Amino acid sequence: MKRLNPLRQRLAALGLLAIPLLTFPVIGLPTGHWNGIPASFLYLFGVWAGIVVLAAGAAERRVE
Amino acid sequence: MLSGGLILLLSAAYMGLLFAVARFGDARADAGRSIITPNVYALSLAVYCTSWTFYGSVGRATSGGLSFLTIYIGPTLMLLFGGVIVKMIRISKTQRITSIADFIASRYGKSQLLAGLVTVFAVIGVIPYIALQLKAVAASLDVLLQRSGADLLPEPMLDSTLVIAALLALFTILFGTRHLDATERHEGMVAAIAFESVVKLVAFLAVGIFVTYGMFGGFSELFQRAAAAPELARLLQLDSSRAGTWTALILVSGLAIIFLPRQFQIIVVENVDESHLRRAVWLFPLYLVLINVFVLPLALGGLLHFPGQGVNPDTFVLTLPLARGAEALALLVFIGGLSAATGMVIVETIALSTMVCNDLVMPSLLRTGWLGVGERGDLSGILIGIRRVAIVVILLLGYIYFQAAGEAYALVGIGLISFAAVAQFAPAVFGGMYWKQGRRTGAVAGLLGGFVVWFYTLLLPSFAKSGWIDKGFVEQGLWGVEALKAQALFGLTGLDEISHCLWWSLLANAGLYVLVSLHSRPDALEAGQAESFVDVFRHGARTRDARLWRGSASLDDLVSLLERFLGPRRARKRLSAFAAAQGVRDWQTLPANGDFVRFAEAQLSGAIGSASARVMVASVAREEALGLEEVLDILDEATQVRAHSRELERKSRELEAATSELRAANASLRELDRMKDDFISTVTHELRTPLTSIRAFSEMLHQDPEIDLADRTRFLGIIVSEAERLTRLINQILDMAKLESGRAEWTTGDVDIGEVARETMVSLGQIFRDKGVSLESEIPAHGPVVLADRDRLTQVMINLLSNAVKFVCAETGRVMVRVRDDGREVRVEVEDNGPGLTAEESLVIFEKFRQGGNTMTDKPQGTGLGLPISRQIIEYFGGNLWVESRPGAGAKFIFTVPLPVPQEQEGDARHGQ
Repeated sequence: MKRLNPLRQRLAALGLLAIPLLTFPVIGLPTGHWNGIPASFLYLFGVWAGIVVLAAGAAERRVE
Repeated sequence: MLSGGLILLLSAAYMGLLFAVARFGDARADAGRSIITPNVYALSLAVYCTSWTFYGSVGRATSGGLSFLTIYIGPTLMLLFGGVIVKMIRISKTQRITSIADFIASRYGKSQLLAGLVTVFAVIGVIPYIALQLKAVAASLDVLLQRSGADLLPEPMLDSTLVIAALLALFTILFGTRHLDATERHEGMVAAIAFESVVKLVAFLAVGIFVTYGMFGGFSELFQRAAAAPELARLLQLDSSRAGTWTALILVSGLAIIFLPRQFQIIVVENVDESHLRRAVWLFPLYLVLINVFVLPLALGGLLHFPGQGVNPDTFVLTLPLARGAEALALLVFIGGLSAATGMVIVETIALSTMVCNDLVMPSLLRTGWLGVGERGDLSGILIGIRRVAIVVILLLGYIYFQAAGEAYALVGIGLISFAAVAQFAPAVFGGMYWKQGRRTGAVAGLLGGFVVWFYTLLLPSFAKSGWIDKGFVEQGLWGVEALKAQALFGLTGLDEISHCLWWSLLANAGLYVLVSLHSRPDALEAGQAESFVDVFRHGARTRDARLWRGSASLDDLVSLLERFLGPRRARKRLSAFAAAQGVRDWQTLPANGDFVRFAEAQLSGAIGSASARVMVASVAREEALGLEEVLDILDEATQVRAHSRELERKSRELEAATSELRAANASLRELDRMKDDFISTVTHELRTPLTSIRAFSEMLHQDPEIDLADRTRFLGIIVSEAERLTRLINQILDMAKLESGRAEWTTGDVDIGEVARETMVSLGQIFRDKGVSLESEIPAHGPVVLADRDRLTQVMINLLSNAVKFVCAETGRVMVRVRDDGREVRVEVEDNGPGLTAEESLVIFEKFRQGGNTMTDKPQGTGLGLPISRQIIEYFGGNLWVESRPGAGAKFIFTVPLPVPQEQEGDARHGQ
C-alpha cells in the first residue's frame, strides 16, 4: 500500500493555490502605486516570495 | 579601457578555478565522501539560469515589462508538484536511465526508434539554445572591448565566437567525459555548476544594486522616473490582453525545467539522494526570486540612461556600469555571464552527447556490424571518443545556427524556441509515468506530430525571419493556402508565436499519443516496462524483472560484453559487487540466470542506453520470447501475492482464535479428567465400605464356629443387607454411566403421573409404616398425562420418597406428596419435616456421591447417586428437579415435567408461524 506523503500533499496544495494567484485574472487586480513602486510588481514578488517561504516552511519542518 | 589580454586572462583564470572545483568534487566522490549536499544539488538546478536569464531577461523586460517573470514562475510551480520528479528519479535509478531519450525509449519497450527520435528532436530543439549562449558571450565580449553596436558584429568577432565555441567544447570534454558511465554521476561537474550559480547570482545582484541604488535613488525613485516617461509607464503595468501568453509561458517553462536535456541530467541523472529534492523545492525558487528582483529596475535604468541611443537592451547589465566607469564591476558581470553560458553549455552538451552516442551512433554501429559480436576488443575508448566527437559537432551546429538565425532574434526569443521543442516530450513522459495504456506507437505518433507542428510554426519561421529561407509560408501560407500560414495555423490569430506553436503542437502531440495508444497492443517487453514505470513505488527496489526473462546465456559471453563496453577493470569491479550482493564469493561461479542477464543489461544500459544494451545482450543470450499473456500473468502475480498476503493475515488471525479455543477445550478436558479420577476414587471408596463389612462378618463366621445362633443370624443379616447395598450401588453406577454416555434405553409413552405417584406410595407404604412415618398425598383422581418413560419416572419417585423416609424422625415424621398441573407442566412435590438442608447442601446433594447429613460421622444412608440420577432423568424429559429447604424446616423436593402440546394447539401454533 502506497503511503500518502504529507510533505508532497502540502506542497501540491500550495502549488494548486499558487496557480490562480500567479496568473490572470488575479494578477491584473492590483493597480496603482505604493511608495512609487507599482502595485503589480509588489504583488508578484510578494506572492512569489510568500509561496517560496511557505514551501520552505513545509519542506524543512522536522519529520514527526 | 579594458584590454583584451586582461579579459582573456581573467576568463582563463576563472575557468581554471571552475576546473579545480570540479576536480576536487571528483576526488571527493572517488574517496567516497561526496560533496553533493542538498544545497549543492539545489544550486546546481540553477543551471536553468543561462545567459538568457543573465542578459536576456533585461532585454525582454524592456519590451514586455513583467512578463519575463513567467519563465521563473513556471519552474517554481513545477517544483511544488515534486511528487512527479521524485517518481522520475526513482524510475531512473531502478532502470539505470541515462537521459531523457533513454527514459522515453525504456518506458516504451526499450525502443531504438523512439530513443533515436527523441535524440534528434532534442538536438534540433536545443541547438538554438546553445547558439544563444554563444551569441551572449560574443556580445558581452564585444561590449567589454567597446567595439560597440550590438546589431552588427564586425568581421573579426565572428572568429572569436568560433573560438569561444571551441573553448567551450574543450572544457565540456574535460568536464564531462572523464568517465564512461553516464549514471556514474559527474559529481565534480555538479559542484562546479553549483559554484557557477553562486557566481552569477552575486554578479547579477551586484550590478542590480549598483544601478538601482548607485545610479538611481533606489526602487521608488527609479519607478517614479519611469512612470513619468509615457513609453516606460507601459512596462510597469500588466497587460491583461496578454493573459494567454502569460499562462502559456508559465506552462512551457514549467515543462522545460524537467524536460530540457540539461535539466533532466541535473535533476534526475545527477541526483544522489531523493531527499535532496526537499531542499531544492524552495531553495531553487528562492534563487529565482533573487536573481529576478533587479531585472525590471535594470531595464528601466537602461532605458532611462540611454534614451534613443540604440544600445542593445540585452547588454544593459554591462553597458550601465561601463557608462559610469565601473570597469571592475563590468568584469564581474562578464564573469557572471560567462558562468551562466558555460554552465549551460557544459551540462547541455554532455546530456546531448550521451544521447547522440547511445541512441543514434551506437545503434547504427551495431546495425552495420562494425562492432561485431565475435570481437573482444575494449570498446569503452571508442564510446568516449564518440561522445567527444558528438560534443564538438553539437557546438559546431550551435555556431552554425548562430550564424544563420541568431541575429534576427533577441536572446529570449531563441530560448523559447527550445522550450517549446522540449515541451513535446511531456505527453510521452507523463503518459508513460501514469498511464499503463500509453503505447510506443502512440508515443512515436505524438512526438512526430508535435515536432512537425513545432518545426513548421516556430523553427522554420525563425529561419525565414533571418532571411535564410523565403518568408512566403509565413505571410501567405504554404502554397498560398491561407489556413496554412505558419504563425496563424487554421486561422488561429491573436496569440504570440510561442503560445500559437504550443497550442497546436501539444494538441497534435497529446491527441495522437492518446488516440494511437488506445488503438494498439503492446508487446511483452513494453507491457512489462509500462508496469514497472507506473508502479515504481509499489514494486520498489525489488527487481521483478528477472522473472520476465527466460532463455539461455553463457557467463563468459556476458562478461566479455561487459568488459568490452565498460573496460575490464570497471567490469570486474561491478561483477564482484554483484556477486557479493548475491552471496557468491567468486563472480566466476555466478549462474548465468535471469538475474545475471538483467544485471548485465542494466550495467550496459548505464553505458550505452537501454535500447542498445538490450540489442547487445540479445546478441549473446538466447532469449525465449515470453508472450504478452505470460508477461501480464507474471505481473498479475505480484498483485495476487499482495492479495495472498492479506488472505494469510486473515487465516493467521483465525488460527489464533482456533488455538485459544483449543486451549480452552484442553483446559476443560483436563478438568474432566481430574473429575473422572475423583469419581473413580470415590466409587472405589464407596464400593469398599460395604465390602469391608461383608468380609469382616464372613471372616468372623468362618473362623469362629462357636458363635451362637442369634449372633450368627444378625451377622448374616448384615452381610445380606451390605451385599444388597453393594448390588444397588453397582446398579446405580452402571445406570449413571449409561445416562451420562447417552446409551440408556428409554421407552417413551403416555404416563399418568398421578398413577405413578400413587403406585410408588403403595409400594413403599410398608417402609413408612415400619418407621411410623405418616405418608399423605394430594393427587388428582386422573392425574396429568405426560410423555415419558414410566419406569424411569417411578425410579425418581422411589428415590425421592425413600430419601424422605430416611431423613425424617421415626414416629413424628411426616411426608406429603402433591401432584399439580398448571396447563403447561406437571409439578410434583415431596415434602418432609426432616432436619432440612443449608443453602450449600441444597446444591451439593445433586452432585455424585454427596449426601445429606454429616457423612464423616454418620453411617452413610444411601449411595449418593440417587439424586444425580433422578435429575438426569427429569432433565431428559425436559423438566427440572430442585429442592427448597431451610435448616430445621424440612425439605421440599420438586420436579416438573412439561405437558405434551395438545393436537389442536399444535395446529394453531403452526398456523401462527
